[in-house]
Amino acid sequence: MLRRIVVVGNGMVGHKFLETLRSRTSDYELTVIAEEPCLAYDRVRLSAFFEQPRPDLSLGTYQQYQAWGVRVINAKATGIDRERRVVQAEDLEVGYDILVLATGSYPFVPPIEGRDLQGCFTYRTLEDLTRIEAWARHSRKGVVIGGGLLGLEAAGALLKLGLETHVVELASHLMPLQLDELGGRLLRRKLEAMGIGVHVSKSTQRIEARGDRVAALRFADGSSLEADLVIFSAGIRPRDELARQSGLKVGERGGIVIDEHCRTSDPHIYAIGECALYQGRIYGLVAPGYEMARVLAEHLTGGERTFSGADLSTKLKLLGVEVGSFGDAFAQTPGAREVLYSDFGKGVYKKLVLSEEGRRLLGGILVGDASDYANLHNLTLNAVELDNPEHLLIPPVEGRAMRASLPMTARVCSCENVTKGAICEAIRSGCRDIASLKKATRAGTGCGGCVAMMGDVLKEELLRLGEKVSDHLCEHFPYSRRELFDIVRVRGYKTFEALLRDYGKGYGCEVCKPAVASILASLYNEHVLEEAHVPLQDTNDRFLANMQRDGTYSVVPRIPGGEITPDKLIAIGQVAKKYGLYTKITGGQRVDLFGARLEQLPHIWADLIAAGFESGHAYGKALRTVKSCVGDTWCRYGVQDSVGLAIRLENRYKGLRAPHKIKMAVSGCTRECAEAQSKDVGVIATERGWNLYVCGNGGMKPRHADLLAADLDEETLVRYIDRFLMFYIRTADRLQRTSVWLEKLEGGLEYLREVIVEDKLGLAAELEAQMAHHIQTYRCEWKATLESPEKLKHFRHFINSDAPDDNIVMVEQRGQHRPAYDFERETLPLPLATGVKP
Amino acid sequence: MKWVRVCRMEDILPGLGVCALVEGRQVAIFRVGQRLFALSNFDPFTRANVLSRGLVGSKGERLYVASPLLKHRFDLESGEYLDDPSVRVPVYAVKLEEGDVWVGVPVSEAAKVGT
Ligand SMILES: Cc1cc2nc3c(=O)[nH]c(=O)nc-3n(C[C@H](O)[C@H](O)[C@H](O)COP(=O)(O)OP(=O)(O)OC[C@H]3O[C@@H](n4cnc5c(N)ncnc54)[C@H](O)[C@@H]3O)c2cc1C
Ligand code: SF4
Repeated sequence: MLRRIVVVGNGMVGHKFLETLRSRTSDYELTVIAEEPCLAYDRVRLSAFFEQPRPDLSLGTYQQYQAWGVRVINAKATGIDRERRVVQAEDLEVGYDILVLATGSYPFVPPIEGRDLQGCFTYRTLEDLTRIEAWARHSRKGVVIGGGLLGLEAAGALLKLGLETHVVELASHLMPLQLDELGGRLLRRKLEAMGIGVHVSKSTQRIEARGDRVAALRFADGSSLEADLVIFSAGIRPRDELARQSGLKVGERGGIVIDEHCRTSDPHIYAIGECALYQGRIYGLVAPGYEMARVLAEHLTGGERTFSGADLSTKLKLLGVEVGSFGDAFAQTPGAREVLYSDFGKGVYKKLVLSEEGRRLLGGILVGDASDYANLHNLTLNAVELDNPEHLLIPPVEGRAMRASLPMTARVCSCENVTKGAICEAIRSGCRDIASLKKATRAGTGCGGCVAMMGDVLKEELLRLGEKVSDHLCEHFPYSRRELFDIVRVRGYKTFEALLRDYGKGYGCEVCKPAVASILASLYNEHVLEEAHVPLQDTNDRFLANMQRDGTYSVVPRIPGGEITPDKLIAIGQVAKKYGLYTKITGGQRVDLFGARLEQLPHIWADLIAAGFESGHAYGKALRTVKSCVGDTWCRYGVQDSVGLAIRLENRYKGLRAPHKIKMAVSGCTRECAEAQSKDVGVIATERGWNLYVCGNGGMKPRHADLLAADLDEETLVRYIDRFLMFYIRTADRLQRTSVWLEKLEGGLEYLREVIVEDKLGLAAELEAQMAHHIQTYRCEWKATLESPEKLKHFRHFINSDAPDDNIVMVEQRGQHRPAYDFERETLPLPLATGVKP
Repeated sequence: MKWVRVCRMEDILPGLGVCALVEGRQVAIFRVGQRLFALSNFDPFTRANVLSRGLVGSKGERLYVASPLLKHRFDLESGEYLDDPSVRVPVYAVKLEEGDVWVGVPVSEAAKVGT
């Protein structure tokens, strides 16, 4: 005689068990006792019941069960006699050799007054839904108690049925089992946008009635919510009543205890699906239930498979909103770190939970966009070692991602009012370089300030068009600046000529010459006006002053930290007066003197140097200023001597040439009056030392600096800055400020920290030595120039005359001089600026 | 054409330019290796007398000076603006004789450029 298996419950898991067992063996006589009036159906897709046309959700058919030889008894099992091995189902008795309990769970309905009123429902079976549908026809307002996964499904159904829909949740946010506060908040917003009322932190105390029908919910806080229809979705409880009655072991909070073969405390009885409790845990999802069904089917046919728990990760689409929650979503692993990306505007929230050392993904939460779920879940399950797991969330801001955010309507060139769209159009119609873009769109032909951005757009668009973008410096050198820097450093090139001969072609240009000049200056710190270097220097470096629109220059003496004695202030005033210079206070806490003619520069500097000033390098792609607040010298909030530090830093790094200008600032306390976080290097005093910020920027594209290291003593601080500056100088692109450099640096801030703080590349000593060399070889460029008749020769307008340039015309304004505008020249042919002729 | 001697060859460093005052005109003279070029010192875009202070570069076979102000590029031989040949700055004859640099300017008008 065949052994008899009786299965109680024909839900999803019971069905799966029958199916799997039958695919493995035709031994066993099979009987199923099913309480629901139909055979198993797809409960997971239960809500599809409300779709039009109504889909067929059934999993099993009577024909199929017949073919499998499964006897179906449509009844509720009411007891088990374990001695006699019989199941009682109403007035029937069914004998078994093996009993399988697959009774699932039932919706928990909190014991509150009014829960049995007409109009109160649960949401679990096809019958439930049929009744809800009927009741909804004469209802206006439906409320779901419970904002978990199932409650939201139910809310979606009510919405579909045309009811004004509300969700009431006891916890402070929706889906508290899957989502954290922020994720729940975003989900709430999305539901609200669909017209669903969301009420969180609400404990329902009773349901008020009108006659024998539902009328309203009354909450613990005294408020109430009207309702014609109520769905309870306050969690599920395992259906373990048969097990309890018959003395099988059950969990404290319910669930039939099973082992890894799904066996209960009685060796003839097994339990699978939502009614089973494995290692203290109920699995309220279908996948673990299916796994149990497979394990049991194998176990009964001699297989080895065992159940070892399951992952409760889920990805679902609730009311059209994608939600995913996987692994250790709540960062309960000791030391776990959370990385968040949240953009409520776009309706996306993502959280990754990383292992303590940050190399492995432990779990995460996705709301609004769960397209990465499979990949992330996979990486979690397989404990894959990752270099930068945070990049899974936000790909490294390789300019690409950043620039892509610039919309087509964005204005790139403000002078000529040219949009990004217009530039892209020109690229599509053939422009491949800045010059042709300038010609086609006129962008960049005004002040030229947007040329770098045009380059970015060009690169981006070419990438999009699938064309290779060259990072070559220019047509003369098929290398990036970074590569050239290494070539010069490693091979020890000292002149542009030799480098061009060995690594370049042609004659050079206004791009590669200054770039190489800057590399040479960073490495060897030779005077920029040496005969070999002077033809390479860009406009301002060429004459150690800043050329203005009329060809005159401005002069900026160094005022370290912005601290200056009255005598020195007076000296500056006297020089300005003597040469008729326009004076202005700069943003970098110094004084700019404008309107100097080329031939006046050496005279002005002779006077300034005599008064104790040095070159301020305002003309160089070099350290500019170290701005400071007054700090604890005077300020009642100050906690450190910010001025003193600023002066020391400025004196340390003065004259340092770099791919672009470098600005620094030091603030004396967290109030940050020196605006250090908008600088390439920002230092802010703390009670315990100094916080070091890097890669901030003001200007065209402001960027807040990032904290690189905190609470440093001055020695460490200076070491880190040495390394940081040299690393930037070595690796940045031409004319790339630290802010953009960092954004394009592979590995980003974390990598930078590893290089600077942890010395991951083993470069620190070399970088520090290079800085030491710079500091040792520093000389005031203007002092050296005045001492060299060769260099002074450059400072005259005419090679064959001492006459001044008669095209320089000044007009008076607010008590000073400024260059005339074109329209003023005809009417006001003013003489040259007053002042002493050299 | 009137030839004016302006300076010695060694007064101009290779790769650099100087400005000479020739019959009231400002002439920018550039030296590339042993070759000399002369063009007006006046940058027509910025209306300033600055071309002699620009960087010399090459584009393919063409040599040019990039204005120090907004980097407009002018062909050293023809004076042509590289991005738009309809703009051009005047060019002048220049020669080297026994180490002396000479610039030739038309005699007819002694107009000053740029005012
Ligand atoms: C609306 C809704 C949406 C869901 N969405 C998802 C989802 O997206 N993803 C997911 O993984 N899971 C989801 N689930 C959960 C999933 O449906 C269950 O995990 C799965 O159905 C469990 O299967 P089961 O066989 O253990 O229990 P059930 O499917 O509940 O089946 C148990 C069956 O046993 C019967 N039974 C109980 N006691 C007796 C008795 N004494 N005698 C006879 N018969 C009895 C019951 O009537 C029932 O038919 C959802 C559930 C619902 C209600
Ligand atoms: S940053 Fe602090 S110390 Fe400096 S001026 Fe502001 S308040 Fe004072």
